[in-house]
Amino acid sequence: MSVIETVSATVTVPGETVPRVEFLPATVELLRMLWGKFGPLMFHQSGGCCDGSSPMCFAAGDFLTSDRDVLLGRLDIAPTGGEPQVIDFWMSVEQFEYWSHTFLSVDVVPGRGSGFSLEAPEGKRFMIRSRLMEGFGPDA
Amino acid sequence: MTTYATPGSEDAKVTFKPRYENWIGGEWVKPVEGQYFEDISPVNGKPFAEVARGTAADIELALDAAHRAAPAWGKTSATERAAVLNRIADVIDANTELLAVAETWDNGKPVRETLNADIPLAADHFRYFASAIRAQEGAFAEMDGSMTAYHYHEPLGVVGQIIPWNFPILMAVWKLAPALAAGNAIVLKPAEQTPVSILVLIELIGDILPPGVVNIVNGFGVEAGKPLASSPRIRKIAFTGETTTGRLILQYASANIIPATLELGGKSPNVFFKDVADHDDAFYDKAQEGFVLFAFNNGEVCTAPSRALIEKPIYDSFLGDAVARTAKAIQGNPLDTDTMVGAQASNDQLEKILSYIDIGKQEGAKLLLGGERVDLGGDLSGGYYVQPTIFEGHNKMRLFQEEIFGPVLAVTSFDGYDDAISIANDTLYGLGAGVWSRNGNVAYRAGRDIQAGRVWVNNYHAYPAGAAFGGYKSSGIGRENSRLALDHYQQTKNLLVSYSEDKLGFF
Repeated sequence: MSVIETVSATVTVPGETVPRVEFLPATVELLRMLWGKFGPLMFHQSGGCCDGSSPMCFAAGDFLTSDRDVLLGRLDIAPTGGEPQVIDFWMSVEQFEYWSHTFLSVDVVPGRGSGFSLEAPEGKRFMIRSRLMEGFGPDA
Repeated sequence: MTTYATPGSEDAKVTFKPRYENWIGGEWVKPVEGQYFEDISPVNGKPFAEVARGTAADIELALDAAHRAAPAWGKTSATERAAVLNRIADVIDANTELLAVAETWDNGKPVRETLNADIPLAADHFRYFASAIRAQEGAFAEMDGSMTAYHYHEPLGVVGQIIPWNFPILMAVWKLAPALAAGNAIVLKPAEQTPVSILVLIELIGDILPPGVVNIVNGFGVEAGKPLASSPRIRKIAFTGETTTGRLILQYASANIIPATLELGGKSPNVFFKDVADHDDAFYDKAQEGFVLFAFNNGEVCTAPSRALIEKPIYDSFLGDAVARTAKAIQGNPLDTDTMVGAQASNDQLEKILSYIDIGKQEGAKLLLGGERVDLGGDLSGGYYVQPTIFEGHNKMRLFQEEIFGPVLAVTSFDGYDDAISIANDTLYGLGAGVWSRNGNVAYRAGRDIQAGRVWVNNYHAYPAGAAFGGYKSSGIGRENSRLALDHYQQTKNLLVSYSEDKLGFF
């Protein structure tokens, strides 16, 4: 059994050169389990209210994205040598305007539910941990 | 002071059942798949009851019951429905302490709030809509001398409602009361973080309602909420929550061509103009409290005044007084009536709040107060407690832009009226706002210029049933409270009647 490592996103935002999303190992492990249960997956980052600011995980295509969303990155959770299991990570354009200076690490914590996100029945919640991106700042 | 006994103990106001089923067709119904989940009290982090883990099959049962009940309920007179709503209100009033303790145990909020806000407001809400439906009139208009257009209000039929965890009973009542008054049957899905308190309420009021008029299915969003929201058997969906799920709800509603009302939260500015500090008097004291209200309900309010904007000339003095006042807020056992700050509703909520405190520090915001998790020790050691926290920074920081949904305040200064409005409106959201000034003209203009559905002027966090509540911008669609809420639960039937024997003459 190989040790699960953090998975970093490909760069998908036009004009950028560094990733802005990663899945921590516990996240990768949970996502592999959910992929086995539900098939291909996607994320959309939520904002506002009770369960807001949570990354929501859906079956790929369940949530309709549009040109009002930004693809922040694509993350392959497949074990080394396995068939690719690529998960797109989305955020609305308007939210990205306020979030773009931060790098997002998707973690897992024990918890109870959040919207229609697929992990909730497992008693776990995906959660964002953030750090500042180099070269970006929350300009006053 | 009073400290209420832990539920289930001797002298307790409420004893929970070990297991709660779904409430369908006026009785307790076991979940079809036979599964349950634990309800955890945030007060001590321990499970206290098992709750049915509903799935699509249970939603179908509930919809069956609702469809059986809807035709007769929809034909009752407004007088009859109003009488039912008033009886419900009376039962709530007669059980205030029981419901308040149950709500505090399920959600973690201080019992002083459930006793004085959540539960009395819930009772009043039913009374308001009992009155509103009786006072509602249709309309008619004379088209010409022999034709009249009559407009009748008709119920939609069966509606779906998805409830948040921050005011589990009151938010359910905000949706139930207008829907019932208008003559609809309901399938309601509570939040999985707080599934029990609404069931304690339905135990008390269930026999007042005809079977099937209100059905409650618990479970997880993806397993129970989604089948409800996407069902072709509902004529409307109401949701309170966050933006991504809000968009999903709209997506499902579009597939069924039904209306959706959404309440999606905010990042509400609380604007203090300099004349607030002209005198050290009762108004100044009120404005100071208005600042500290960011910690009301542990900050878990969609309209929490989580951005304080203070005019430069009074910035240091007003903020100094307000930080000192916040520091005196008593945090402790939520069942103690002296407690002002209780527990956050869930572990993941606690973790999220701490992650925001972390990003605030990284962004360079200055921590003025709090910033740590609290261990209250003893039985409460496992509970989810965070210190009231105040950061100073600027409006582009994520602290100022995201709804943290905890007792975390972001403070900044402004330079004159235009700057205040500019900062206040620099947000995705537009649910609530506060404006404080001794100058009525300034307060009026600011209230009109801030893009939010509810602007509290010289007060905050009042929720009378007669005042419309809802969002501008990304904060949602539709209005709750006030008679406007009825519109979202009614169809308009137009009878266009000819009182003439003359044909059109086309054929």
